[in-house]
Amino acid sequence: MSLDASDIEKIAHLARLEIAPESIERYAADLSNILDLVAQMDAVDTTGVEPMAHPLHMSQRLRPDRVSEHDRRELFQAIAPLTEDGLYLVPKVID
Amino acid sequence: MQWETVIGLEIHTQLATQSKIFSGAATAFGAPPNTQACAIDLGLPGVLPVLNAEAVRLAVRFGKAIGAAVAPRSVFARKNYFYPDLPKGYQISQYELPIVGEGRVEIVLGDGAVKSIGVTRAHLEEDAGKSLHEENLAGGGYTGIDLNRAGTPLLEIVSEPDMRTPQEAVAYARKIHQLVRWIGISDGNMQEGSFRVDANVSVRPLGQTRFGTRTEIKNLNSFRFIERAIQFEVERQIDVIEGGGTIVQETRLYDPERDETRPMRSKEEANDYRYFPDPDLLPVELDVAFIVDAVADLPELPDSMRERFHTQYGLGEYDASLLTTGRELAQYFEAVVQATAEPKLAANWVNGELAAALNRSEIEIAQSPVSAAMLAGLIHRIQDGTVSGKLAKQVFEAMWSGEGDADSVIQARGLRQITDSGELEALIAAIVAANPGQVEQYRAGKDKVFGFFVGQVMKESKGKANPQQVNEILMRVLASD
Repeated sequence: MSLDASDIEKIAHLARLEIAPESIERYAADLSNILDLVAQMDAVDTTGVEPMAHPLHMSQRLRPDRVSEHDRRELFQAIAPLTEDGLYLVPKVID
Repeated sequence: MQWETVIGLEIHTQLATQSKIFSGAATAFGAPPNTQACAIDLGLPGVLPVLNAEAVRLAVRFGKAIGAAVAPRSVFARKNYFYPDLPKGYQISQYELPIVGEGRVEIVLGDGAVKSIGVTRAHLEEDAGKSLHEENLAGGGYTGIDLNRAGTPLLEIVSEPDMRTPQEAVAYARKIHQLVRWIGISDGNMQEGSFRVDANVSVRPLGQTRFGTRTEIKNLNSFRFIERAIQFEVERQIDVIEGGGTIVQETRLYDPERDETRPMRSKEEANDYRYFPDPDLLPVELDVAFIVDAVADLPELPDSMRERFHTQYGLGEYDASLLTTGRELAQYFEAVVQATAEPKLAANWVNGELAAALNRSEIEIAQSPVSAAMLAGLIHRIQDGTVSGKLAKQVFEAMWSGEGDADSVIQARGLRQITDSGELEALIAAIVAANPGQVEQYRAGKDKVFGFFVGQVMKESKGKANPQQVNEILMRVLASD
């Protein structure tokens, strides 16, 4: 499978990554190689193998439903660029 | 051309946990902004989500309540998109392996017919924060972000496209709403956003099997809006197609003030979510003991209780349905029946005076100043003839305004029915003597005048005379000599 420049631009945009125009070709080649590797693995017969959701052969531990975290707004907001009335401020977004 | 509407709903219901689905921050509604958003909810570097057992338990209860298979193994996935109220840049949700599989619920249609609606799946996920657009923050040009809601556990319940009218969609939404409250997994508070509905709507020529292109109306937070938004959208789609246009698959918002849907300014490429299993969370594996324990105290479900009210107590469909709209109401009713063995009288009072009073005061049954025991006490006094049905309403009102139980109200207000026949005889004799003209008319065959005498007796006795006794005595007195 080979990706072209527009695929790379789209993927980069979805991930909000800025890619210099001169590196697009290199990324296209690298990512295409990765997909080719995946395609090779596709050829392996995996009948009877359970799809893996996680590399660890363990299951999720559950936490009791208890409130253990308390208000540390002041601490967290000390590193925020802009706050007001307890709100984090971001450039205006409209639905 | 005849059109058929096809509707499927996605319902997001907040699960009634104390803490968030992946963190130990509180979920209480209405706290000052960002005071319940911890490092995990903010998506700060280096944090790890840990799954809340209670959220899983509540999801399992829902699965059992709709007769669905609960997955012994389910997986959390990342749903990727960028929006300021989603600090991590992805929402933790479930995609390929949800916790609850296919189930069904039954809805009752306007004509009394029952229709079965398929539930495709239900999955656990975290809620996003809230964006406050309207405020003039920092002089304008900013959106305020409150992340208190971020990480609140949601169960997203996805239906099959089984509904054919806005009314069916509302009936289904009400059914799910009733159910989640009944089994205690959500408070279902729509004003506070605990129960939000997205509607997928399409139309197709009647008889065509292929679905038309659908649009999704987001975030409907009242049953009335669900109905109106779908109604508008159906008409819009038909207009577009009949005008030679085509429907664009898109997300729309309902504006209740203008009663219309509008395309949402698209979150760019919003539908390319690139789900993948979340490496921060291991697969959730539930053993039989966990599932058995989660559903051990599942109450009798509303459908079966409604049926039982019908067969066991002989109540009509209407009464039985009303009494099972909520579990507390149903329990209240059964408590009254147990104390009085008068199911029909109990149903009349609960669905009549009590429901009206609750409505007027805009309170829930749990806050009713008249307890089940108090209402039972009143019904006893109706049964044994102490008060007439009419005066019983006065007693109820007095109990409602805190004047004590039925016996003390009857005592204090002197509402005891006059059943002493001597007292009644005397009263009636006096009235008959005072109205010779009407007596004459009655004896001349004008039966209607009988009502006049009954009215006089009731007036004189301030409504306390026993109507049956009054009739008997009046008949006898007027007939004689």
